[in-house]
Amino acid sequence: MCLAIPARVVTKEDANMASVDIMGVTRKVSLDLVPEANEGDYVLVHAGFALQVVDEEFANETLDLLKTLPFFADEAGIDAALLEEAGTDPALVEEA
Amino acid sequence: MDLSAFRDPTIARGLIEAINDTAGKLGRPVKIMEVCGTHTVAIAKNGLRGVMPDNVTLLSGPGCPVCVTANEDIDIAIELARQPDVIVTTFGDMMKVPGSYSSLAKEKAEGRDVRIVYSPLDALSLAEKEPTKQVVFVGVGFETTVPLIAAAILRAKEAGIENFSVFAAHKTVPAALEALVNDPDVQIDAFILPGHVSTIIGQHPYEFLAEQYHVPGVITGFEPVDVLQGIYMLLKQLEEGRSEIEIAYHRGVMPEGNPHALAMVEQVFEPVDADWRGIGVIPGTGLGIRDEYAAFDAVKKIPVTPPPPKAIKGCQCGEVLRGITLPFQCKLFARGCTPEHPIGPCMVSSEGSCAAYYRFTDYGKTA
Repeated sequence: MCLAIPARVVTKEDANMASVDIMGVTRKVSLDLVPEANEGDYVLVHAGFALQVVDEEFANETLDLLKTLPFFADEAGIDAALLEEAGTDPALVEEA
Repeated sequence: MDLSAFRDPTIARGLIEAINDTAGKLGRPVKIMEVCGTHTVAIAKNGLRGVMPDNVTLLSGPGCPVCVTANEDIDIAIELARQPDVIVTTFGDMMKVPGSYSSLAKEKAEGRDVRIVYSPLDALSLAEKEPTKQVVFVGVGFETTVPLIAAAILRAKEAGIENFSVFAAHKTVPAALEALVNDPDVQIDAFILPGHVSTIIGQHPYEFLAEQYHVPGVITGFEPVDVLQGIYMLLKQLEEGRSEIEIAYHRGVMPEGNPHALAMVEQVFEPVDADWRGIGVIPGTGLGIRDEYAAFDAVKKIPVTPPPPKAIKGCQCGEVLRGITLPFQCKLFARGCTPEHPIGPCMVSSEGSCAAYYRFTDYGKTA
């Protein structure tokens, strides 16, 4: 029930509402809980309300952090893990 | 926003290796519980139980709001639907949930006006369109949903919409976790904490778990890589002898949550005791509508007296919700209780543990 999905604020409208783009679908949601949201921001949408402004930088930081795990720890990170997995054959890497 | 990296099999495989390595170093059995229906589904759908080391057990706790709603509360919603000139509106997953004697779906089939809405704002619009009817929204859900209900009530008050009200059966998560760690029948080493509940409340309300009970928790997202990362971080804490509340889901959760949403909840609601299916009454885990907003409180506006509640015979949903009984250990599971013909709430809701096991797990082999 607590599902929330990322959406991009397209236009801010009257009465604290906004048109948002959810994977290509346009919906009207309320910005009552995130009055600070601006056009172009990503927000988490749950049952017709934006819950929070999503920080894209944070999302990328999480991925960067994952790449430092022992199993990806060499400099090339995930790419190297992929190469190893694919037997270092570049053609296979493409497929992977 | 590109989420593909959070579904990347290579990253997932790396994390699974890291989990195996850390669990191997730990050497002892570890029970990790998630308390969010969306995690229940994410774990089952992605087959994550199947890739866990032998000594790591993933349990599903009381994370499905529909499942933890007591029969008595469902009976009240049904009784409200039976009143003249009342339209009951609800999220779809409440429709088929059996109360003691009926369900909202059965009531609708018998001619009561029960409608599924996507948002409490849809219920508010309906009230504007139907001024001669009382529109009641059945408020079931955790902290993720509560601010929306508060906002809808504030909007109704501002717009002077007098025929809109809420039956407030919401619940709050942190104190329920305390009840679980204090339950002698339940043994939990660490919690996968809910992502979107935490979007609202942040990380601080869970800190007592780590500080007083030394049970670590990681606030976790919902993609396979998110869940694996949460499990890895928990195992790492256990291995290093730490107990902290950490956030793995930084793209959705700030440490302080959403203070603006919390202030709206505080304005409209006050803590009350709540009855949880399988756990019982937990003080302060419900949210009642404050007197100032009593005009929007359905049970004050339309008083109803349902017959005394009765338990569903043979259903072990209560034990399943505490992680004591696994879904396939219930006598009714897949033998009379299926998603098509559910007997208990854990099979009705698509996020219920029993429904998730039924749909995604090879329970014949697991059992």
